[in-house]
Amino acid sequence: MQLTLGPVLYNWQPEQWRDFYFRIAEEAPVDVVVVGEVVCSKRSPFFEAHMPAVIERLAACGKQVVLGSLILVSLPRERRQTAELAANTDFMVEVNDLTCLGSLMDRPHAIGPFVNVYNEATATYFASRGAQRICLPPELPMDSIQTIAAALPDVTMEVFAFGRVPLAISARCYHARLHKLSKDNCQFVCERDPDGLPVATLDGEPFLAMNGVQTLSHACVNLLGDVDDLAKAGVRALRFSPQQCDMVAVAKVFRDLLDGRRSQEDGMGELARIYPDIPFVNGFIHGQPGAVLTTKGTEENLRQRKAQAGTMVHEAGQ
Amino acid sequence: MELICPAGTPAGLKAAVEAGADAVYCGFRDETNARNFPGLNFSPEELQTGIAYAHGHGVKVLVAINTFARAGAFDVWKRAVDTAVEAGADALIIADVGVLDYAARRHPDQRLHVSVQAAAANPDAIEFYVKAFGARRVVLPRVLSVAEIAAIAHEVRCETEVFVFGGLCVMEEGRCSLSSYATGQSPNMNGVCSPASHVHYREQDGQLVSRLGAFTINKFAAEEPAGYPTLCKGRFQTEHGAGYLFEDPVSLDATTMLPELQKASVTALKIEGRQRGRAYIERVVRNFRQTLAGLEDGLSAPAGDLVALTEGQSTTAGAYRKTWR
Repeated sequence: MQLTLGPVLYNWQPEQWRDFYFRIAEEAPVDVVVVGEVVCSKRSPFFEAHMPAVIERLAACGKQVVLGSLILVSLPRERRQTAELAANTDFMVEVNDLTCLGSLMDRPHAIGPFVNVYNEATATYFASRGAQRICLPPELPMDSIQTIAAALPDVTMEVFAFGRVPLAISARCYHARLHKLSKDNCQFVCERDPDGLPVATLDGEPFLAMNGVQTLSHACVNLLGDVDDLAKAGVRALRFSPQQCDMVAVAKVFRDLLDGRRSQEDGMGELARIYPDIPFVNGFIHGQPGAVLTTKGTEENLRQRKAQAGTMVHEAGQ
Repeated sequence: MELICPAGTPAGLKAAVEAGADAVYCGFRDETNARNFPGLNFSPEELQTGIAYAHGHGVKVLVAINTFARAGAFDVWKRAVDTAVEAGADALIIADVGVLDYAARRHPDQRLHVSVQAAAANPDAIEFYVKAFGARRVVLPRVLSVAEIAAIAHEVRCETEVFVFGGLCVMEEGRCSLSSYATGQSPNMNGVCSPASHVHYREQDGQLVSRLGAFTINKFAAEEPAGYPTLCKGRFQTEHGAGYLFEDPVSLDATTMLPELQKASVTALKIEGRQRGRAYIERVVRNFRQTLAGLEDGLSAPAGDLVALTEGQSTTAGAYRKTWR
């Protein structure tokens, strides 16, 4: 099982961003690192200065570097950025919007979690165009993952295994809207929330996280307890999405579990210490609401309750 | 500009035809349809009858097969494509790359439209669909300003269609899992958003609380009209206060922008609302038909006639005005 570090989705300070990757390069037991600003094209210039050094350090430390493309491309400038990225032949590109695919001219590439691959026919199409890795959409349930992986044994199937899960992208910047600023003059207020701005219900229950034009979950996806099942389903890579916690330690917990050096229970406890106060969820891969945490015990419970009631039960496991 | 009108039922199709639609769009009564709501949609026989009726009146029928196929069940989507082609659909509206690939190869002469759910938001993405699948039209996502639409329509090799009225997605269509995060059911996988089966209302401290799955989406004071808890139009709070953080409970109404859309060389205008009743279809379609006739005679487009029919009884021109962002 490979481990992949996904792109930083938040607007971190450029030096912090650079130093984060330097440390990942040297210390994190990850195989693949996706770099690049994929959420908001306005942020890109801040990171560009550090990009060559980051890529060089990652590559020097033996990581496979993959360049992530922008999720929503609508401005001419964004089209140019995406075309330039696709023209890069030194590194594999991760396609997060089909804008990028045409320019790649069927060169080997990765498909990111923002491209809708929900079935084996779509995955087969992308593989025929050169996709070698596919990070599946986070809302896919396990049986879909298994079916797609079985259809394409030569493509590395990856799932979103740790981090706040990206749920939506918009043309509207919610950070700017909240601060009563226009998007064009946003003053980059999203940099004040490097782990996302917590959004709660009117009852005060934590619910979502705001990240400029992107909306994520408040809860953190954690598939440590599902790793065996994912491997059996044919998944060959797990993705961690950078949060404001020790991502090196997160990668080590997963690596240790995969290598049999750590128990699942112990690993779960360690992850809760590394990223405290944020609830863990895994509902999506169990075909449940994404906000739910399901363990094998509760899943069996749920099946029984479903069978008894003859209806869908959704709050189980919470 | 063609007027593309919704039909959730055979009766709705007739109403749209009679009210002056150039084309009607509809879908099957199953998970291949992004308006997979109980009591709606068409059986294969109803589609055939509906197409015969529409064609008899010179109106086209576009069949929406616009969800993303479920892994292991691709045959359901194949069958929907084959059935719609056999029934004589004038075009298929498709979102899933796998389904587009199948339709283009199996039915090379069938006209294909790229669904709004495919989120093709710029000429390069649109060109991908034209080149790969021979797409003849793209329904543009509701994230673009009119100036951007004009630039796209000018540059691409296919027709463009834009939404002008009805429900408004705040997030880019086809790329939103908010609904499944709260309910397990999403537009992409199940053809539903914030489904009624997961909605609950309850009284609490003199307020009406609307909930979706396990989450409170809004609270209404006694005198306040209570809206449906569509997730992105709920009221939430941050450290900066509470309110409609993503979007107010508004609908799209681009009536006043019709002259600009015409100038932008947009091919077709689409009205949302396959889940709405006959009365809605009749009034909205008739109103737009009149406005379009007036445009041809050089009259300006009046605003506000349809507000009573909209969600929350208030409207926005959405992303068509750049300031919305």
